[in-house]
Amino acid sequence: MTVFKTLTEKSWQTPGSRDKPLTGVAALPAATIALRFFFATVTVLFMLLIIAYGARMAYEDWIPGPEPKLLWLNTAFLIGSSLAMQWAWSATRRGDVDSVRQGLLAGGALAYAFLAGQVLAWRQIGSMEAFAITNPAIAFFYLITALHALHLLGGLVAWGRVMWIGRGQMDLSAIRRGIELCTAYWHFLLIVWLVLFGLLFSGNGNLEFILVLCGLR
Amino acid sequence: MADASPTADDYVPPAEVEDVELYHPKSWITKWVFSQDAKIIAIQYSSTALAIGLVALVLSWLMRLQLGFPEAFDFIDAEQYYQIITLHGMIMVIYLLTALFLGGFGNYLIPLMVGARDMVFPYVNMLSFWIYLLAVVVLVVSFFVPGGPTGAGWTLYPPQAILSGTPGSGSGIILMLASLILFIIGFTMGGLNYVVTVLQARTRGMTLMRMPLTIWGIFVATILALLAFPALFVGAVMMMFDRILGTSFFMPAILEFGEQLQYGGGSPILFQHLFWFFGHPEVYIVALPAFGIVSDLLSIHARKNIFGYRMMVWAIVIIGGLSFVVWAHHMYVSGMNPYFGFFFATTTLIIAVPTAIKVYNWVLTLWQGNIQLTLPMLFAIAFIVTFVNGGITGLFLGNVIVDVPLSDTMFVVAHFHMVMGVAPILVIFGAIYHWYPLITGRMLNSAMGHFHFWITFIGSYAIYFPMHYLGFMGVPRRYFELGETEIYSQSAADLNAFITIAALVVGFAQLVFLFNMIWSVWYGRKSEPNPWRATSLEWQTPVMPPEHGNFGDELPVVYRWAYDFSVPGAADDFIPQNVPPSAVAVSDDPETAPA
Repeated sequence: MTVFKTLTEKSWQTPGSRDKPLTGVAALPAATIALRFFFATVTVLFMLLIIAYGARMAYEDWIPGPEPKLLWLNTAFLIGSSLAMQWAWSATRRGDVDSVRQGLLAGGALAYAFLAGQVLAWRQIGSMEAFAITNPAIAFFYLITALHALHLLGGLVAWGRVMWIGRGQMDLSAIRRGIELCTAYWHFLLIVWLVLFGLLFSGNGNLEFILVLCGLR
Repeated sequence: MADASPTADDYVPPAEVEDVELYHPKSWITKWVFSQDAKIIAIQYSSTALAIGLVALVLSWLMRLQLGFPEAFDFIDAEQYYQIITLHGMIMVIYLLTALFLGGFGNYLIPLMVGARDMVFPYVNMLSFWIYLLAVVVLVVSFFVPGGPTGAGWTLYPPQAILSGTPGSGSGIILMLASLILFIIGFTMGGLNYVVTVLQARTRGMTLMRMPLTIWGIFVATILALLAFPALFVGAVMMMFDRILGTSFFMPAILEFGEQLQYGGGSPILFQHLFWFFGHPEVYIVALPAFGIVSDLLSIHARKNIFGYRMMVWAIVIIGGLSFVVWAHHMYVSGMNPYFGFFFATTTLIIAVPTAIKVYNWVLTLWQGNIQLTLPMLFAIAFIVTFVNGGITGLFLGNVIVDVPLSDTMFVVAHFHMVMGVAPILVIFGAIYHWYPLITGRMLNSAMGHFHFWITFIGSYAIYFPMHYLGFMGVPRRYFELGETEIYSQSAADLNAFITIAALVVGFAQLVFLFNMIWSVWYGRKSEPNPWRATSLEWQTPVMPPEHGNFGDELPVVYRWAYDFSVPGAADDFIPQNVPPSAVAVSDDPETAPA
C-alpha cells in the first residue's frame, strides 16, 4: 500500500527532512524506469492496433489474410534471440566475458534473422495471387509487423552501441546496464510478438474466438 | 548543543540517489543551440511554440475576417478557409499548448522545483526539442507545397481528409500526418524524461506529497500523454498508409466525382475512436498543468496555503484516470449503441466531481487570503471564472440529448475555446508574468501587462459569449459563409461582425504582450532574487536567473511542503521549502506568536 500511504501523507503537518528510501519503481535505475514507461507506451500502441484489428474483423465482409508458414520460423528466431540475450545477461552477472560476447552476438544475429524472415514473409504475401492491399487483413499484417520490426531495429541500435562500447577487451562494468536493458527490451518485444502472432497471424482464429465470446462476431 | 540524532527535525540523512556528473557544454553551439540544459531547452521549446502560435493567431484573424465580413476579402476563398481553420486548431492544441506546457514549463520547472540539477537524460531531452522543431518545420513546409496545407479540419476525419475534394489532399495531408508522427516521437523522448526526473531525481526531503502542484499537474499530464499519443500515432500511420499505399483501414467503398475509387471496406468510425481516445486526454494534457500552475499562483499571490492540498493531488490523478473513459462523448452524432452513449455521458459528468473539488479549493484558497492583485493573480482569477464558464457548457454537451441539437454549431466552438483555449492560455500568461523574473532577472512591464490582461480577459468574453448565442440559433461551425439563408436573423451576421472586431482587438493585445516580453529582457525593471516571496525551490537558487546546474555546489534539502505562507508565529509570511524548522525566524508580535 505504498502508493496509498504516499498519497495520504499530511505534508503540511510534518516539517523536517524525512528522506525515506526510495521504494517501488522509483528505486530502480533511471534508465530502467524510463524503459518501463516506454513499455507502457508501446503496449498501448500495439493494444490499440489489436483492438482496431478486432473491430475491423467484426464486420461481415472480413476476408482472412494469408498466413505464411515462415512466421513460425521467424518466431523461433525471435525466441532464440531473446534466450541468447538472457544468456548474455546471466553471463554478465557471473562475469563470464566470453559467454557475454557469444550471447550478445547470437542475440543480435538471431534478431537480424527474424527481421530478414519478416521481409521474406512480406515478399511472399506480396507475390500471392490473393494479395490485395485493400484487404484490411493484409494491410494490418504489413502495418503491425512493420511497426514491430521498427521497434526491434531501434533495439538493435542500442545493441550496436553496447557492442561498440564492449569491442576489444570487453569491460563488463561499462556495458552491464546496457545489456540488462537490451535483454529486458528483447523479452518485451518477444512477448508483444507472441501476442500478435498468437492472436492475429498464426491462423488459429484466436481473436475470432474472443470476438465470438464477446458476441461481436 | 544541536540535536544530530536521526529523529531531530533538522536531521539530514545521506542522499539516496547519487549526484550525477553534469554535462558541461564546451562551445557556444553546445551551450546555446544544441544545448542539453533543460532551462535552455525550455526556452527553445517555448520560443518555437510561441512563434508557431503566432501563426495560428494570424490564421484566426483571417478566419474571423471571413466570418465577420463575408465576401469582403477576395483573398480568402472557401478552400483557404478550410485550410485556415484546420491549421489554426491543430497548431493551437498540439504545437502551442502541449509543447508549451510540457516542453516549455515542464523543462524549466521540473528540475528546479524538485531540486535537481537537470533532467535525468539531458541528451534525449535535447533530441526531443530538435524533433519537435522538425515537426514544426514540416508543418510549415505544408503551407508552401502545391495545393497547400490540409483543410480537413483539425480532427482530420476520413474519408474526406484524403479525398481530392478536400483542400490539401495532395502533399498537405501527408506532411500534416508526418509532422504529427514526428511530434509524438519527440514528445515521447521528452515525456520519459519528465516522468523519470520527477520520480527519481527529487532532492532530499522532497517527498511526492511535498511537490508543488505545478509539478503534480505536469507529471500526471505527461503520463496521460505517454499513454494517449500512441492512439494518434496509430491513427496517423494508418491514414498515411491509406493515403499513400491505398490500403483501406479507414476508407470505405466510395465514389469520387462519380468514379468508384479502389478503396473498400474501411471504417471511418475506427479513426474517430482512435482520434478521440487521444483527443480527450489531450484536453487534460493541457488542463492538468494549467490546474497545477494556477494552484501555485493563487497560493503565492494570496499569501495563503493551498486549500486541500491532498485533495488537489487526488483530483489531478482521478481526472487523469477518468479522461481515458470519456472519449466517445465527441462522437454522439457519429452513431453508436445508445447504451454506449449513456455510459460515456455518465463518465463525462462524473469528471465534473473532481474538477468541481478543484474549483472550490481554489476559491477557498482565496477566502480570507491576503490577496495581492498582481498580474499573475489577475490571470489566475480570470482563469477560475473562465474555466467555470467553459466547464458548465461542457455539462450541456456531455448529455447526449442536449448535445445532438448543439453538435457542430458555434456553441461547441464557444465551449471548447473557453475551457481549453482561453482558460489554459490565461494560465500561461499568468505563469509567464510570474516566472519571467526567474528566467530573465527582470520584471515584465506592469502597465503593458495590465493593458494586456484587461483587453484579453474582457475581449475573450466579447468573442465567446455571443458565440454561444449563435450556437443556440443553430449557426453551424466550419461554414465558409452563411450565404442567402433566411433561417438566421440579421443579428447573426451582426454578432459575427462584432466578434471579429473583438478578436482583432484581443489579437492586438497579444502583440503588446509579445513586445513586452522582448522589450523587458533589456529594459524591464531589475528583479530582486525572490520577487513574489515564494517558497518553492526554483526561487531559492544561489543566483537568479539560475545557472547551469541550478543549485551551485550543494543541492538543497527540503524540510516542508511548498505552501508555508502566513504561518502563525513566523516572522515572515513565507517559509521556503529549504528552511529547517530550527532556522525559522519567530515573530516578536504577540498577536502572531504561536500559542
